[in-house]
Amino acid sequence: MEKIGIQRTQNQIHCFENQGFQLVLDIASGSVHVFDQLAFELVQEYTEQTKAELIDTYLDRYSKVEIVEAINEIETLIAADRLFSEEAVIDRKRLSHQDSPIKAMCLHVTHDCNLRCKYCFADGGDYSMPKALMSAEVGKKALKFLVDHSKNRHNLEVDFFGGEPLMNFDVVKELVAYGRELEKEYNKNFRFTITTNGVLLTDEIDEYMKKEMSNVVLSLDGRPEVNDRMRRTLNDQGSFDVIAPKFQHSVAARGDRDYYVRGTFTAHNLDFSKDVEFYHEMGFVHTSMEPVVSDPKFDYALREEHLPQIMLEYDRLAEKYVAWRKAGKKFSFFHFNVDLDRGPCIIKKMIGCGAGSEYVAVSPEGDLFPCHQFVGEDDFKMGTVDTGIVKPEIPARFSDLNIFTKETCRNCWARYFCGGGCHAHAYYANNDLKKPFAVACEMERKRVECAIGIQAALAMEDPKNE
Amino acid sequence: MKHIRSLNKANQKLTAATGGCGECQTSCQSACKTSCTVGNQTCEQL
Repeated sequence: MEKIGIQRTQNQIHCFENQGFQLVLDIASGSVHVFDQLAFELVQEYTEQTKAELIDTYLDRYSKVEIVEAINEIETLIAADRLFSEEAVIDRKRLSHQDSPIKAMCLHVTHDCNLRCKYCFADGGDYSMPKALMSAEVGKKALKFLVDHSKNRHNLEVDFFGGEPLMNFDVVKELVAYGRELEKEYNKNFRFTITTNGVLLTDEIDEYMKKEMSNVVLSLDGRPEVNDRMRRTLNDQGSFDVIAPKFQHSVAARGDRDYYVRGTFTAHNLDFSKDVEFYHEMGFVHTSMEPVVSDPKFDYALREEHLPQIMLEYDRLAEKYVAWRKAGKKFSFFHFNVDLDRGPCIIKKMIGCGAGSEYVAVSPEGDLFPCHQFVGEDDFKMGTVDTGIVKPEIPARFSDLNIFTKETCRNCWARYFCGGGCHAHAYYANNDLKKPFAVACEMERKRVECAIGIQAALAMEDPKNE
Repeated sequence: MKHIRSLNKANQKLTAATGGCGECQTSCQSACKTSCTVGNQTCEQL
């Protein structure tokens, strides 16, 4: 007898449990379903057994009517292309970044910092290079470079980054003003953002950022003792008491404009859900907590043996998140914000972050790099804002990076959520842009499962879904 | 359906025809700066 769905394979779906729900993700279509126990068991055997075999297998625990009913529902979803669906066929040319417009830029307006965070990948803000401030002249050339290479892209993103960008605030203001001139002249829309440690924030800067910055990223690691262990002042004191009140003030001043309070967790605070909870208690609504990026030799580095604890911690955070949302409290965590209906198109999901092609970083001296994490790496210097890209072989290395050209991504169920992951992580962990950092992948998969579990927990409470 | 409930209606494969405009946010610019989640970006066309 012919097996049903014989051309389908179990690796077209991902079955998992989260928040007490049995969930099935149809990988290619992005459809997500909540299954009851019987259907959940059936779907995991569906391509391996015939219909008759399935009925026989489960007849000792369920009635034939129920089993047939559940199989029919599975087949209804298959007919609607929402279960065991085949991968979309996309012309490779559409996935290539070759000669793509550049539309996002990380401007390192300073390579100096007024904090000495122990885990800083910029190594005290200077990226192991001489301390430097970007001049307005270099910054203007960078913005003009962006406009000149943006082709028909209308929305252009510029993040003021460092070191600490507020140490060069006059130049930031001058560049924003210049950007506003460029957008009129070239019919572009600049979205300026800034990533700051908060030390230099004032009422005047808050007011300016509210007007000009579409988003601000505020760096704080959570509980005072956690923040102060890693985020140290120049005098080797904790920074919490200096920055936390300023961030609260800054967030209040932003009104409804976007912001993120963003922290870094390390091996020293594997209980990081408590730090996110602390954000909530402080009144912050938009938050993010990122795993530290570091050399494994450091005691704070995240290693494979930490993964079981980190997985549990994401579950704890997801449970808290659901409880807050059910209680009507406003709160968002960056990695849990997955929108299953209105997310990006499948092309974006296939090609990922765009580093080295649509996204570049500029050092204070005006050197061009594929992204902020490659700044200071001579092997990745693509050119300068004066010369333009003179080493096209470097962006060419990034132009064909997508979920199909990275072998481990091709077979990963979460490939449409991370778009192939962070190229810099891959390079620094494996010295290969096409080999994702396995520990980061494990965490990403867990975050996606939690994000979907949260959606299930919230949707199943909604009477509209009855 | 009695045994299965769907959480979403969209089929991402259908966006292949109209997608790829490139106007949406570069994922790393938004908040993380160190890890990658593109699934939580929003489409500029919607």
